[in-house]
Amino acid sequence: MSDHFVSRKPFDPQSIEAITPEQEKLFFASQWKLMWWRFKRHRLALACGVLLALMYGSILIAEFLAPYALPTRHTDYIYSPPQPVHLYHQGEFVGPFVYGWQYNLNMDKLLREYEEDRSQIYPLQFFCRGDSYSVWGLWESDLHLVCAPEGGTLFILGTDRLGRDMLSRIIYGARISLTIGLLGITVSFVLGIVIGGLAGYYGGWVDATVQRITEVIRSFPELPLWMALSAILPVTWSPIWVFFGITLILAMLDWTGLARAVRSKLLALREEDYCAAAQLMGARPARVIGHHLLPGLFSHLIASATLSIPAMILGETALSFLGLGLRPPITSWGVLLNEAQNINVVAVYPWLMLPVVPVIVVILAFNFFGDGLRDAADPYRS
Amino acid sequence: MARYILNRILLMIPTLIFISFVVFVIIQLPPGDYLESYISELQSHGESIDMAEIERLRAQYGLDQPFLLQYVTWASGMLVGDFGYSFEYGLPVTDVVGDRLFLTVIISIFTIIFTWMIAFPIGMYTATHQYSWGDYGLTLLGFLGLATPNFLLALVMLYFANVTFGTSIGGLMDAEYINQPWSWGKVVSVLEHLWIPVVVIGTSGTAAMIRRLRANLLDELDKPYVTTGRAKGVPPFKLLVKYPLRVSLNFFVADIGSMLPSIISGAEIVAVVLSLPTTGPILIAALQSQDMYLAGSFLMFLALLTVIGVLISDLALALLDPRIRLQGEGAR
Repeated sequence: MSDHFVSRKPFDPQSIEAITPEQEKLFFASQWKLMWWRFKRHRLALACGVLLALMYGSILIAEFLAPYALPTRHTDYIYSPPQPVHLYHQGEFVGPFVYGWQYNLNMDKLLREYEEDRSQIYPLQFFCRGDSYSVWGLWESDLHLVCAPEGGTLFILGTDRLGRDMLSRIIYGARISLTIGLLGITVSFVLGIVIGGLAGYYGGWVDATVQRITEVIRSFPELPLWMALSAILPVTWSPIWVFFGITLILAMLDWTGLARAVRSKLLALREEDYCAAAQLMGARPARVIGHHLLPGLFSHLIASATLSIPAMILGETALSFLGLGLRPPITSWGVLLNEAQNINVVAVYPWLMLPVVPVIVVILAFNFFGDGLRDAADPYRS
Repeated sequence: MARYILNRILLMIPTLIFISFVVFVIIQLPPGDYLESYISELQSHGESIDMAEIERLRAQYGLDQPFLLQYVTWASGMLVGDFGYSFEYGLPVTDVVGDRLFLTVIISIFTIIFTWMIAFPIGMYTATHQYSWGDYGLTLLGFLGLATPNFLLALVMLYFANVTFGTSIGGLMDAEYINQPWSWGKVVSVLEHLWIPVVVIGTSGTAAMIRRLRANLLDELDKPYVTTGRAKGVPPFKLLVKYPLRVSLNFFVADIGSMLPSIISGAEIVAVVLSLPTTGPILIAALQSQDMYLAGSFLMFLALLTVIGVLISDLALALLDPRIRLQGEGAR
């Protein structure tokens, strides 16, 4: 028997289980960090997230971004088509400018016609003084990102039947249209978590009742129900109350999807040992659900909530379009589209349909963003 | 199987009762009733109002009775086919609804077929060509359809159909066929007008369907039996159609149930824009003037339509997929 070598050195477990710095980073990262890394890989979703952040940021400084204030009317320029912005005048670079904008009434066709007056050149002004407005109701200002040149006009997206600048109206409309989705989803998020949580945690008859109710709501055609509910809102309500009313209505019918997701996850999670441990230690249901169970599926919930914001934005647009949702003087994209309701607009004033562009962009962005979030939130995917 | 069907039909009854109650609550929620809006309308025309007459009408229509009693009268009337009376039209509700509901059904059916015809090939293509340019392009196209508000698309298509094909604007048939009995010419005229609403409503549902078919097919294509088939030399197309597609078919049928509510919603709003003689425009008018029995019956019919649609899709699914019908019986 040969004597074998035994090391006299003290044993250091670290020497065997040493992990590289990269591994350490990965193993010790929090759940949110893992999600963020995974999300970053999804380029399109990331880009959409940035775009959405910019759009929501623009809500805060809408007055500054819009060339004109909301109530400003240009009675001499009714139904003006979009005015082109040029860079070159007769082959010469002058920077962004517009030509003079000439209005003629064509008596043969009974049409308003606008044409450029090439003899006049109005360079655009940036960070200039224009219509005054109040910043967040705190102080007065009249600074704009871009405004109409002295003596000239600037209707980049044309004007409507009262001579109001479409671009400004679209920028202001984002305020209502974007927040209605967020507010609505907050309400339906709370409803979904509470109701779905109760159903999933208690099971039994609570679960059966909730299941029945969600089934009925889901089997109902959404729009007629929205219409019926918004017909209830009294005509005498102030616009801001109508806004909250519509938000509530959208949320009331939307929570079912979230409730189902919460319920099915909780049904599985409540059988876990750590849940039983919490119960044995005497934690009340609210604590078990809120503190131990929900964090496990929170990322999922946020992702699926993101995916249902577009439906709300579209819902507001549809209701306002039908005249059942928001009404002027509130300006939202749906209200703007309400004016594009007849076939004349498509034929003669197609630029009045432009508010649909931000609607499409926002909805696409939310879809891709939500898709990316959902993929990132799923820990069991390679 | 018979047991499963019976079970499924019995389950419909509490659902429908619950829906009818919700509907009744909703149409009763606005303050006042039709007679009050009627009075204010008379007043705005400067006509005198005979309060005794109003009270008589109120008693005749049972508007002075307590809420629950009114509900029971309405709901039990529906059981024997009496849907109440439309104040606005001065006709029984069934006479007002009739044809309109039929046209709504027709549009819904065509829309489902259209959605399938588009979603099927695209879903198959995107699943077999995952992460190719075609996949991305078609997916984006589907999402665009999802993101465009239906009503605006309807408006634009209406205009171009008129300019390029000379289709008359609005309605579901040429003017000379309105209120005429059904004839061959009328059918052709309806078909000529039908494609716009069908395409418009279909676009919004197609994207979701493509995504789900793609996901389902991708799951299925990863399974070992597909690899075996490929190893044994089964032609690629046959390998795709024979089994993976058949499995995904189940979910197509299952999807009718969730598609129907959104199709009917879409049909309503598009109907308003295109002034189609379906239920949309009347429903809005009825809701606004508190013509409660008309509005209530419409909502009820639409709900009934979806519930029946879901039932049909469940039954078809049970026929297609033995797992589902056996599960129903195995529980006992």
